[in-house]
Formats: sequence, C-alpha cells, structure tokens
Amino acid sequence: MDQAVVQHPPADATHASSAHAATHGSAEGGQQHPIRIYLWIWVLLFVLSACSYMVDYFQLHGALRWTLILLFMLLKAGFIVSIFMHVAWERLALKLVILVTPLTLLVLIGLMAIEGDYTFLTRIASFVR
Amino acid sequence: MTEQASIRPQPTPVLDGPMDGPLNTPLDGFRGATADWSADKQAFPVPWGKAMMWIFLISDTFIFTCFLTSYMNVRISTTEVWPNPSEVFALTVGGTDIPLLLIAIMTMILITSSGTMAMAVNFGYQRNRKRTAALLFTTAAFGVSFVCMQAFEWTKLIVHEGVRPWGNPMGAAQFGSSFFMITGFHGLHVTGGVIYLSVVATRVLNGFYDRKGTYETVEIAGLYWHFVDLVWVFIFALFYLW
Repeated sequence: MDQAVVQHPPADATHASSAHAATHGSAEGGQQHPIRIYLWIWVLLFVLSACSYMVDYFQLHGALRWTLILLFMLLKAGFIVSIFMHVAWERLALKLVILVTPLTLLVLIGLMAIEGDYTFLTRIASFVR
Repeated sequence: MTEQASIRPQPTPVLDGPMDGPLNTPLDGFRGATADWSADKQAFPVPWGKAMMWIFLISDTFIFTCFLTSYMNVRISTTEVWPNPSEVFALTVGGTDIPLLLIAIMTMILITSSGTMAMAVNFGYQRNRKRTAALLFTTAAFGVSFVCMQAFEWTKLIVHEGVRPWGNPMGAAQFGSSFFMITGFHGLHVTGGVIYLSVVATRVLNGFYDRKGTYETVEIAGLYWHFVDLVWVFIFALFYLW
C-alpha cells in the first residue's frame, strides 16, 4: 500500500481528521477509509453474486430458491449501500432520509401484490374456462 | 463515534438571515423566501452536491421500484405461463446450454466496475490525479462493455427469439414489455453514468478539482455509479433469477 493511505485508528480520529483536512484538503464530510475494507467488500460481492448464480445453475426451486435469492440480494445491496456508498459512516440525519424513506415503497408493493392476485382470480373466473 | 462528530462542519455564514435587511427588517421577495426556507440551518453536514445526489437517488429508487412493482403485478395477474428466464437467457457454448451465462458475466462486470469506482474515490481523496483518472476511465470502460453486452442480448432476443413488447412465442406477452422497460431504463442509466464518469475523469486529469480544492465530485459521481450497480442487483434477483 502507498504511504499516502491514511489508516487512522478511531481513537484519535478527531485530530487525524483535522490533519486530513490540512494535508489532503478534503472537504467536510469527505469519506476516506482504508483500501483494505473496499477490497474485502469487493471479494464478498463476487462471492455473493456467484452464490446467487449457483441458485439458478443448480435449478433450485420453491421456497428455498426464493429465500436464497432474496437473502443474497439483500446482503449485496446492504454491502454496496453501507460500504461503497459510505452510508455506514454518515450521520444519523442523512441515514434516516436514505434508509427510511424507501420503506414507504413496501406499502406500494403490498398493495400491488394484492391487486395482482385479485386481477388473476377475476381473469380465471371470467375468461379462462 | 468521535470520528463522526469530527466531520461535522463549523457553521457556515449564510449571506442573508431573515432579519438582515436594512434597519434589521425582514427581507422581501425571493431573497426573503430563500432566507426563510434556509433559516440559517444546515440539516446534513455533507457537501450540498452530495445531499442533492442522495435526494436524486432516492427519487430514482422510487422510479425503479415502480417498474419492478408493475412487473411483479403483471407477472402475478397473467393467466399465461411466464417464460423461464433461465432458458430464455441461456447461451450456447461449445454445444451445451449454460443458463444465464451472459447475465452472470454482466453482473460480474458491474461489480468489478463498482470496485474500481470505490478505489477511484479513495485515490481522489489522496489527491492522486493519475490513479484517480485511470480508475475512473476503467470504470467507464467496464460500463461501456456492459452496455455492449446488453445490446447483444437485446438483439438476440428481438431478432432470434422474436420477443416484442406486445408478445413473444414463449408465453405471457407482458414478459417483453417488462423486460425492455426495466433493462432499457437501467441501460440508459449506465450510459449516462459512462458520460458522467468520463467528464469527471477528464476534469481530474486536467487538475480541475485541485484548483477547486476538493475531490468531493468524484465521491458524488461514485454514489451514482454504485446506485446503478445496486439497481442491477435487484433486477438480477427479481427479473432474471425469480
């Protein structure tokens, strides 16, 4: 690794970050973290993608398939958002905006699932003999 | 979490508070409205460009969720059989059908590009111009190859398999419209991202951000690129694997 990689322990972060600003001129809120952590997440994302691909390759079916697909999907999404997009290190005010707001979409998804079932049953009853 | 506390900025002087008019009277017109709305407060201790990018990404989340939800709705409600994506997107290599091969490669490419993007942000904050620009151009190049593969996939589907937005030989007609809308919109995002990253990389190279005094634009561009990868994670799981 380069000497330029700043790996400060959290204990003296207060001083380190002002030193940061002085040497690197990074603006407030600038995100700088050890490269090691990015590489680990990168590897992890590859592994998780391979796992979700394996679900299809081995033709798993039913509840096991759906559970695994959703599990790998959420893990990947979580790592990308928290580490690559730095949300893990943001302040709570921003975290809440980013993570809580999209939860309202669960209402839409729930309603549309019910609506879809209803439409399906109506079609079965009216058109399919 | 002392680290988090330390990135909290000092209060920045705002040009006009509500009472900063002549003789300490409230400002009128648009200046007054701006002063009232901003109220001398900063909610998010991040560069404004980053806050705006996040708000854009949240609205984009709503758009993509609407697409994926409508796909879910038509897939639940159709009485015809849904074409099996595992077979539709299989690729024949050396005489054997490998399911979803191209899609798997595209997924790996996007993840690789996300990794190079994260490194670019890191080198940006280290003020390493050459490496930052090189990594940004690499990320953009991966994006181009992704779009090329998508073009190949669309061609295969339209020309060889006869998939149209209004129907296809394999089953439910809604398969085509969902597929073209979702992947098309995602592909547009990747294309836009490639242009965005190329502009940022060029500016990194000619020292624009050194003169500006901050490399936060690289991080903001990174947010957009990671989001494109994030959307693909959901499309891959919900459309291709489901």
